[in-house]
Amino acid sequence: MHVDKREKRVMQITVVVLGVAIGALVLSMTASHKSLPEPAGRIRPEDVRVTAPFDNPGVRQVGENEYEVVMIAQAWEWVPNRVEIPAGSHVTFKVTSVDVIHGFRVPDTDLNAMVIPGQITEVDVDFDEARDFTLLCHEYCGIGHHRMGADIVIVEN
Amino acid sequence: MTATIETPSPTPEPEPVVTPAQARTWQIDIPGVTQADLSPLKWQLYLALLAFGIGALMGLLQALERANINLYDEVRLQSYYQGLTLHGVAMVLVFTFCFANSFLSLMTMKAYGRPLKSRLISQASTWSATIGVALALWAILANKATVLFTFYAPLQATPAFYVGAVLLVISTWLVLVNMIWTLADWRKDHPKDRIPLLAYASIISYIMWFLASLGIAVEVLFYLLPWSLGWRDQVDPQFTRVLFWFTGHPIVYFWLMPIYVSWYMLLPGQVGGKIFSDGLTRIVFVAFMLLIPVGAHHQFTDPGIPFSSKSLQWLLTFAIFYPSVVTLFSVVASLESGARARGGKGLIAWIGKLPWGDPAVAGQLLAGIIFMGGGASGLVNASLTANLVVHNTSFIPGHFHLTVGTAVALSIMAISYWLIPYFTGKRLYNRPLAVVQVWTWAIGVSIFSRGQMAGGIEGVPRRTLIQEATYKDNFNWALSHALTAIGGTIMFIAAVMFFVVVFGTIFSNRAVTTVQKVPLAPIINGPRDTWAIMDRIGMWTLITIVGIVIVLGELIFHYWPIWPVSPGIQLW
Repeated sequence: MHVDKREKRVMQITVVVLGVAIGALVLSMTASHKSLPEPAGRIRPEDVRVTAPFDNPGVRQVGENEYEVVMIAQAWEWVPNRVEIPAGSHVTFKVTSVDVIHGFRVPDTDLNAMVIPGQITEVDVDFDEARDFTLLCHEYCGIGHHRMGADIVIVEN
Repeated sequence: MTATIETPSPTPEPEPVVTPAQARTWQIDIPGVTQADLSPLKWQLYLALLAFGIGALMGLLQALERANINLYDEVRLQSYYQGLTLHGVAMVLVFTFCFANSFLSLMTMKAYGRPLKSRLISQASTWSATIGVALALWAILANKATVLFTFYAPLQATPAFYVGAVLLVISTWLVLVNMIWTLADWRKDHPKDRIPLLAYASIISYIMWFLASLGIAVEVLFYLLPWSLGWRDQVDPQFTRVLFWFTGHPIVYFWLMPIYVSWYMLLPGQVGGKIFSDGLTRIVFVAFMLLIPVGAHHQFTDPGIPFSSKSLQWLLTFAIFYPSVVTLFSVVASLESGARARGGKGLIAWIGKLPWGDPAVAGQLLAGIIFMGGGASGLVNASLTANLVVHNTSFIPGHFHLTVGTAVALSIMAISYWLIPYFTGKRLYNRPLAVVQVWTWAIGVSIFSRGQMAGGIEGVPRRTLIQEATYKDNFNWALSHALTAIGGTIMFIAAVMFFVVVFGTIFSNRAVTTVQKVPLAPIINGPRDTWAIMDRIGMWTLITIVGIVIVLGELIFHYWPIWPVSPGIQLW
């Protein structure tokens, strides 16, 4: 099949560009230790409130500078809707939904995950300095979706 | 005779003059095709444009909401989200599907130089789409389906909404049946010929879509519809999302492929150029079909999907870059051949020699230019890590208003500028306004998407009644909202101009005086030396199915068992 010389060249360059892009992304993931939410267990929505750890949502310390935040997403609030964490902590969020799909997003961080009924969402992040963050729902979850925000307050150690 | 692109007539045919009195019997360039054959296609196009009009009005309301002007009460809608559902369903399901049904049916007739095999099936497709739209529209307007166009379970709509969606999809399947039947019929008369490129691209688009649509078909027919009818108690929200996105990514190809047909094969004809390569065009269309199973890149942040599936489908997503670059090269090369034939010179100065005064050309050129921004932002979305910044933020609507919202929508408007005269025998009304219209849209969307993208990076969530958001004072989103509101309003003004031209044309009494032609371009390279294997459509379909089974199978194998835990919930 006849393929124009210039077009062949473009196609070759494309392969190289693609290779570089893929390599750069793999490198960035390895170097920055960024990770995506991975399967962290399943739970029936109706069992959430009586099953550990979701029967007692909130912040708990799990090690030196290590915290776990357990949250329930429900229309249209986060439980709890305010958490305080000392600066310089590594924090793991465990979240699940008791009703519909919600979205877990904290702008200015890499925290971005879906919260899907039946699934447990687990994401982690380092909070280095004291400042206020907003946790907001970024998946349409009904008529009060825009009211679903919470405060994440990083306090001086 | 067959008016295929392999045998472009060396000299233009004489164009018989038609007087206004003969307006009802204007002539078109496809032998044996009557107005009765065109009629279902014309009505399906009108249905597409009706949906576009409804969607554009909703778009204006959404844009104004960013400027803190809430007009939902004035149009008797219950909520922003009801309007948003209407916008999404009308724009990306009805507008795009009905246009594809109409346009690629016509392209198939043009390619074979004969009517489609069954006029009854064409009519059935139009009726199926019309009834489907009526049902879905009723469900949404009655506030029984405020579930957005993604209708994620466990939000549960009334059964009529799902039935409407099914009928709309069936309308596309009927078009495919007609294309296959017409191909088989043509084969009998032309056992040795290559399938004409235009017909090839059309049928590959529809086979691609048929395979892709099986995800939503299973989701709706096996899970959501029985569940909303009360026959099934619970569904698995994570698994139905997988099925949705299995269709939800390649649905983008289905929006784009009719436009690629126009860009590859007609636009060169409209600028006096030639199709660059028959073989590469076929490869690009088949590549899109092979790259159906990449939907998990919409689910990078889903908790239930294993990393293996996310990374595999991420790699496949990046492969889409390849046919996209080939398309960019081929289409630009075709345009350049036309511009140089018109006396264009220089490295890029030739672009000025393209017929920018033709709204059908100008609209598609602008759509193509803006599409480059859409492609680039798409690479951001597809990158696993950058996706964490933009996922479900207004960056995403910023991106797809450059792709489906302009590359596709503006191209459809531009194509309508020759297609409506073709279907009605009426001359285009107010050509200068049509040229202004396409520029207005292009400027509007550029401002709009700039606002949405900037906002997304700053954390603005998508699909949110933002001026009522309890957390909005924690952020400084004013510039993003202002640009979004201004750009969106300009886009609406462009839509109004479009309808002035459309109605002016349809209700005009100025008949066309020439034979109406599909502006099909001749080919520079091929098809004689195009690999014969490209025409083995059955084989490519089979390879695609095997690929789907492997890629989707990998995901389902790791996900198993399905976990139906959610009863239906209405929260609006």
